[in-house]
Amino acid sequence: MAYEFTKEDLKEIEKLKTKYPEVTPVTLPALWIAQNRFGHVNPEVQKLVAKTLDLPEAHVHGVATFYTQYYKEEKGKHVLDVCTCLSCQLCGGYDILNYLEDKLGIKKGETTDDGMFTLNEVECLGACGYAPMLQVTNDKYVNHLTEEKVDNLIESL
Amino acid sequence: MSKPDWKNFEPVLIPDIPDLDQIKNYEKNGGYSALKSVFTDNDKWPDSKSVINEVKEANIRGRGGAGFNAGLKWSFMPPADGGPRYLACNGDESEPGTFKDRKIFEYNPHIFIEGALIAAYAMEITTIYVYIRGEYKSYIDMMEEAIQDAYDAGYIGKDILGSGRDIEFYVHSGAGAYICGEETSMLESLEGKRGYPRVKPPFPAQKGLWGRPTTINNIETLAHVPAVINRGAEWFKGVGAKNHPGPVLYGISGHVNRPGVYELPSGVPVLDLIHDVAQGIKGGKELKAVIPGGSSTPVLRADQLDGITMDSDSLRTVGTMMGTAGMVVMDEDTDMVDVLWRIAHFYHHESCGQCTPCREGTGWLEKILLKIKNGEGEVKDLDLLLDLTTQMEGRTICALADAAAWPVRHTINRFRDEFEARCKKSVHALA
Ligand SMILES: NC(=O)C1=CN([C@@H]2O[C@H](COP(=O)(O)OP(=O)(O)OC[C@H]3O[C@@H](n4cnc5c(N)ncnc54)[C@H](O)[C@@H]3O)[C@@H](O)[C@H]2O)C=CC1
Ligand SMILES: Cc1cc2nc3c(=O)[nH]c(=O)nc-3n(C[C@H](O)[C@H](O)[C@H](O)COP(=O)(O)O)c2cc1C
Ligand code: SF4
Ligand code: FES
Repeated sequence: MAYEFTKEDLKEIEKLKTKYPEVTPVTLPALWIAQNRFGHVNPEVQKLVAKTLDLPEAHVHGVATFYTQYYKEEKGKHVLDVCTCLSCQLCGGYDILNYLEDKLGIKKGETTDDGMFTLNEVECLGACGYAPMLQVTNDKYVNHLTEEKVDNLIESL
Repeated sequence: MSKPDWKNFEPVLIPDIPDLDQIKNYEKNGGYSALKSVFTDNDKWPDSKSVINEVKEANIRGRGGAGFNAGLKWSFMPPADGGPRYLACNGDESEPGTFKDRKIFEYNPHIFIEGALIAAYAMEITTIYVYIRGEYKSYIDMMEEAIQDAYDAGYIGKDILGSGRDIEFYVHSGAGAYICGEETSMLESLEGKRGYPRVKPPFPAQKGLWGRPTTINNIETLAHVPAVINRGAEWFKGVGAKNHPGPVLYGISGHVNRPGVYELPSGVPVLDLIHDVAQGIKGGKELKAVIPGGSSTPVLRADQLDGITMDSDSLRTVGTMMGTAGMVVMDEDTDMVDVLWRIAHFYHHESCGQCTPCREGTGWLEKILLKIKNGEGEVKDLDLLLDLTTQMEGRTICALADAAAWPVRHTINRFRDEFEARCKKSVHALA
């Protein structure tokens, strides 16, 4: 598949350029726009970002691989990032992770066969007072998790 | 020292006023009056220096964790030369146990925007960036909106309030990397690169964003500025602990009945925070330990807490630090070996890998702790761990290696029995 930005994407990227004195800083937000458009930033998408910004591919690749929120390959439709860090660990984050592994029949880091869910274990998400918690596909936080809440979440997605 | 009257304290940063995130409501409640005063009242604020001096006098200790006097840091900026100068606001908030800046984004974004603009005025700064961790997507959207509202109201942009000052204000989103909270790593990330920390000196005031003078402050630090301008440095200094004054956003998490973020004076007794503010330990259990200010600050045993208050002087007497005031509370059933292993795992995962003592050291700490956790360690491994921490500390580009080393050293020293009990009986230990 050939990846192309839409006109709106390109307009947004042009606007971003006015925020900085040079083009390199647009790398991070442009990768975000790309990920929102294509669902990931695989090497082909990285190439497109590099071409659009007129920056070396190696630079864009280096940035994409440094930051954990950029998906370097296709993921499930919904990505569940379960926090097991300090406060979440204390409040049962690992139980939630294990429960999800059993429920979805996959291990952390894997995607279900139907492509619906990817399950990850992640570091502190800055929601320690709402532990245990998870984030859905880089967006919504689901707090104070219980098995029941997990069931409802999976059902609703 | 007398206990601050925290029960009657009126919050400044997150007061109980509905819809304060709406600019109109913020203005109705006195918002942007500090900014107006600074930008237009030439009698009260004859020059930029007078603003810096007031803030310096207030002694706002950096709420990002290192506790550096904000006004003093502002005074390090070299004289303006007509070129661009930057303020980079640190909203990366990634230290485990820390979840306070988000309260400002969510409930009172304009108090932060106002504080940042005053800081920019004081340092003759031309452009402000607020760096927000990518995971806080909803707060990034809210901040974008709040900034737009402030542009529309004439508080940002060209010739602000007829002062002749132009200031631009932009949001920059992170994308998942704890290290980008370290100030120079944040600068690299703002420049669109991998977040590798830079060697200091030169400090960012000399050579920051794109080689230009830059100051970095935490979101909460900047949010304190409007009240200092409105009520004066003397007022701020009179709140809470003498040497670490002002209101503080305490984040309390772990095994408490009512976790959350609470705005109270500095210097509240740790035990009051746990038992009164957060309403005690879940399930009526006993308190075992508390990490006072984010995962890098040394843990305290319950029996060390008598009379200890949340401020740098008091915490120093028991060998720990205020950090980000993100308290993590642990009950009697907590397995300290598991907890320490998880902390070590975090720092290993987040090391950027530039410095050998950090890259290798954090890996070793995690590996040895895993061995002990699995019952396969030996008592001599504990000494190896302690030895590793001394080899890591102070030998690296940034403080991540220290942040990884401290909890290991202090958790082992303060809960040694528990660690030894988990170790295999080695020949050495039997002899
Ligand atoms: N909020 C969070 O999520 C996290 C906070 N931290 C905290 O960060 C702290 C370490 O931060 P660092 O920035 O490495 O501490 P630092 O002590 O090196 O610097 C503190 C601030 O003062 C400035 N400064 C210090 N000496 C200076 C000088 N001589 N001239 C000019 N400026 C000077 C620095 O530029 C910096 O802005 C730790 O104590 C930890 O508590 C760590 C991890 C995460
Ligand atoms: C590894 C590491 C991570 C850090 N993360 C943060 C952070 O997430 N937020 C923050 O405000 N400061 C963080 N800091 C501290 C910053 O380097 C810097 O001291 C702070 O932003 C300065 O602002 P302040 O003086 O207003 O506290 C971190 C430091 C280190 C060493
Ligand atoms: S101390 Fe660790 S995180 Fe900091 S620059 Fe060195 S390797 Fe990177
Ligand atoms: S430890 Fe899970 S959100 Fe902070």
